[in-house]
Amino acid sequence: MHKMSDEDTIAAISTAISESGIGIVRISGPDAIKIADKVYRSPGGKKHLKDVPTHTIHYGYVADLVSSSLVQSSSSSQDSSIGEKVHSSEGVIDEVLVSVMRAPKTYTAEDVVEINCHGGVLVVTKVLDAVIRAGARPAEPGEFTKRAFLNGRIDLTEAEAVMDVIESKNQFALQNSVSQVRGSLYRTISGMRSQMIYQSAHIEACLDDPEALSFDEYVPELSEYTDKWISEVSHLLETADSGRLMQEGIRTVIVGKPNAGKSSLLNLLLGEERAIVTPIAGTTRDVLTETVTIGGMTLMITDTAGIRDTEDIVEKIGVQRARDAVEKADLVLYLIDSSTSIDIEDREIFNLIREKNVIILQNKTDLNTVTDIESIRRELGKLFIKYKCADERQNTGDNEQSADQESLETDVSSKIPVIPFSAKERTGLDDLIAALKKMFFSGQIAYNDEVIITNARHKALLQRTLESLRQLKRSIDDHMPEDFYTIDLMSAYESMGEITGEEIGDDLADEIFSRFCMGK
Amino acid sequence: MALVEEYTDVVVVGAGHAGCEAALACARLGLSTIIFTVSVDSIAMMPCNPHIGGSSKGHLVREIDALGGEMGKCIDHTFLQSKMLNKSKGPAVHSLRAQADKTAYSERMRRTLENQENLSIQQMEVNEILTDESGRLTGVKTYSGAVYHCKAAILCTGTYLNGRCIYGDVEMLTGPNGLQSATHLTDSLKEHGIIMKRFKTGTPCRMDGRTIDYSKMTPQYGDVPVVPFSFETDPKDVQIDQATVWLTHTTEETHEIIRENLDRSPLYSGKISGVGPRYCPSIEDKVVRFADRKSHQVFVEPQGKNTNEMYIDGMSSSMPEDVQIAMYHSVPGLEHAKIVRNAYAIEYDCVDAQQLTRTFEFKKIRGLFSAGQMNGSSGYEEAAAQGLYAGINAAMEILGKEPLLIDRSEGYIGVLVDDLITRENHEPYRMMTSRAEYRLLLRQDNADLRLTEKGHRVGLISDERYERFLQKKEQIERETERVKKVSVGAGEKVQEVLRKCGSDPLSTSATLAELIRRPELDYFCLAELDPERPDLPYAVQEEVNIGIKYEGYIKRQERQVVQFEKAEQTLIPDDLDYDVVPSLRTEARQNLKKVKPASIGQASRITGVNPADISVLLVYLKR
Repeated sequence: MHKMSDEDTIAAISTAISESGIGIVRISGPDAIKIADKVYRSPGGKKHLKDVPTHTIHYGYVADLVSSSLVQSSSSSQDSSIGEKVHSSEGVIDEVLVSVMRAPKTYTAEDVVEINCHGGVLVVTKVLDAVIRAGARPAEPGEFTKRAFLNGRIDLTEAEAVMDVIESKNQFALQNSVSQVRGSLYRTISGMRSQMIYQSAHIEACLDDPEALSFDEYVPELSEYTDKWISEVSHLLETADSGRLMQEGIRTVIVGKPNAGKSSLLNLLLGEERAIVTPIAGTTRDVLTETVTIGGMTLMITDTAGIRDTEDIVEKIGVQRARDAVEKADLVLYLIDSSTSIDIEDREIFNLIREKNVIILQNKTDLNTVTDIESIRRELGKLFIKYKCADERQNTGDNEQSADQESLETDVSSKIPVIPFSAKERTGLDDLIAALKKMFFSGQIAYNDEVIITNARHKALLQRTLESLRQLKRSIDDHMPEDFYTIDLMSAYESMGEITGEEIGDDLADEIFSRFCMGK
Repeated sequence: MALVEEYTDVVVVGAGHAGCEAALACARLGLSTIIFTVSVDSIAMMPCNPHIGGSSKGHLVREIDALGGEMGKCIDHTFLQSKMLNKSKGPAVHSLRAQADKTAYSERMRRTLENQENLSIQQMEVNEILTDESGRLTGVKTYSGAVYHCKAAILCTGTYLNGRCIYGDVEMLTGPNGLQSATHLTDSLKEHGIIMKRFKTGTPCRMDGRTIDYSKMTPQYGDVPVVPFSFETDPKDVQIDQATVWLTHTTEETHEIIRENLDRSPLYSGKISGVGPRYCPSIEDKVVRFADRKSHQVFVEPQGKNTNEMYIDGMSSSMPEDVQIAMYHSVPGLEHAKIVRNAYAIEYDCVDAQQLTRTFEFKKIRGLFSAGQMNGSSGYEEAAAQGLYAGINAAMEILGKEPLLIDRSEGYIGVLVDDLITRENHEPYRMMTSRAEYRLLLRQDNADLRLTEKGHRVGLISDERYERFLQKKEQIERETERVKKVSVGAGEKVQEVLRKCGSDPLSTSATLAELIRRPELDYFCLAELDPERPDLPYAVQEEVNIGIKYEGYIKRQERQVVQFEKAEQTLIPDDLDYDVVPSLRTEARQNLKKVKPASIGQASRITGVNPADISVLLVYLKR
């Protein structure tokens, strides 16, 4: 069952997350100001946002005061997750400017608070987390715009655009739930969910056919399970906090001819041996994805099998994956082996990446340089013109090229950074970071902000799961009748299902009928 | 030009549990009503088990009663044994179940119909539905060619449409219990564009009680005192001498016989194509699907006071006759028992209920309603509830009044209706308490508090009964307030009573309400500490106790209901063209077009419709 409500308070990061490191966390809804007050602290510690006039901006700090409640938020009321305001310097996340705007003259026509953070992406994400723990719900895709529209703040003609935004963001969210929530997180959640649905079905089957099935010795078993689930979900939340629940960052791909040093670069960035590095061309057969934080930026790096035509089936699959990875990438790190000359394979790689944000690394400067920066630039210029003209020939059938065009293209290609590098001797790393920063702060490359939003949603859902499980535990400890247990057990099951993107439907009935013999 | 032509307000097709409630409701609301049945002798017949009520079904009977239906009253007069199931569990799952005297039940219902003003009974098969150019129902045509013009018709055909009974190689083209099936109506419905489904169900054999050895079985007795189903029945009137039910079990030998003969089961040979219910599996299904179980329970139950026939509950089957004899004889106590009627499976046509509006009217054929097993459900109680609901709504439409709507937070009937019209049902639908998301609020004890108001509004609950109801409500409220205020000190007498009840002594004074919330205490056991307690009926005391004891949980569900109601009250126009709504995903669009949900809430429950689709719909509607 979908829990939709337009009465609650929502929050999200409302800026594209790349620009100049400033991010805005926007909160909208009836409790926006109350929630903001819980995380906001003025320099003197005395100012409360509820007291300030509308449409004013306030300097101060955001503190994550509820993180302690993760460990012991177990009081019985619904609002237990909302902690008390803390007046110490503990837990300060960022220095901020907070705008308070009261309804109705706001974007959504609801009370809106915007927290302007400037500590970079990780910090913005943490501020959002704090706001959610203080009681806001992560916004659904397009939800601010939806509210603005439903409250009459957006022109009617924009309605369809709103629906498109919802639709496209939803597609992303769906893909995320199924494709990105894989691996160990998915397995952990699915494992717990199948235990939960089995336990619920057991209880319900006993209630439905009390003459055939009984609860004898059942409660201690459920109690044990509940303890186990609570500790597993708590653990998931802790890992979520250290940012590893779902990968977020700049989707980066390392490409280059076989043995250009791609795996060595990845290992250098990771600071550990992960990929298999051998001097034999074609040893990286699969695609590895790793998350690396350098210069304050998070890169989600995919190392690819050398891009080249191959007869080897295993490698062929790897090559295809590499091509797919390039398609999806925000940034391409292109390694050129400067100890060999540029050949047809390099040209093919360039063809593949020419429309991407590219940084070229002239690798192996520790060896005899065959290909220097000038020759790379020359090649780039030529390649650019060649493909450009190929495109135009297709479009216009015109075969000629003007000198004007040539200089223009050379100019464009000269903007691609080319950095001398040696993965082996660890030189060129600073230049790489500088180039990255330049691209990032100019907005040329960006974080995948939907991923951050999705992560925030997941954390909120895990938190909700945890609350349901704790309520279940209390019901067991209070010796409530067994039928009370399934209420919270099924809530936990549903919250977790929202993370993995599963529809609930008739799960419980299906489980009862398939696992328990019903019917006299 | 038909030779016989008549005019009436309402035609009800079928006189089973759905048809009886539908016809009574319409006639009681002042509409001239004709109920058709293939056999007047089988009105309100119970062709399968001899129970009324049971887990969640008992809730339905209580709700039927609160709305002014007949089932609860009828069983209170004709039961043989009664039990409140799950008494040791929470109040939400207490469920009343009675063993019925099948013949007595059927006869009493028949008398009620016969004596009902505005209602006439006719033994005849209805062959066709008649419509005008606009597709609105105008009447029905019978097998004899007679035409009955009517303003509304309610189809309650049970398992009779193209019924086919099967065991082993034996196949009979009949309805249940060898009764004539109805073989024409399906075609007529299909011609009008109605999509039909084929479902299957089954029943065990009946045995001659004189040939059963009860000494090998465990007796099962009814509750003392008996609690009646109807809120109108005086508890004094149901304290009867109750019949005994006998418990035995299948053996390894039974399972072996079944396994050896599986290839002769029509279920496994593919002879039966209908979809059967998983919650009521045949014994061969149980043996196959739960292969690790060494034994299954078998209840031997009386079919009535004036017969020796016993119902062998738990062993429905469609095995060949010789296998049936062998397998029943392998059960302790049934070694020499004689079968009176063989077990059989039955296949029948029913409609895909997603074609109905939330008043159970066909979207394609206005004026035509359908209820009961016809809608893909199973069970007498589910049928009766739907019959009453469809009957009331047909009447409301004719009378030009607001329809009767019950949502998922108001009653099991609401859950039943919503599930049937909203979700894909792949098997006969049975009610279960786990299907009710607000089940703490939907208790059998408070069915009257939830629904009497509605029953009175539609006109089936008399003013006198409504007055009594209002009085009860007030007593509950007043007593609840009082108990929350009265405080007891930590005196010697108090501690003594607490000790007696196995509860910890008080350190300071506490209100009675606080004490009631302790798991080991309740309203009743604190009487000694409460000298001011007024003399109240048990039903009132029970409500006070439950309301206080589980207040926290109940409040929590009430808060959820507030959220739920918002989505239910955001209505979607009937004529919304989903093809012009941009950005809906294909699966969502298809299913929305099929169901045509009445509200955003209903839309969100449709398979394949996700929250983003709902957002898109909300934005589109606001446009």
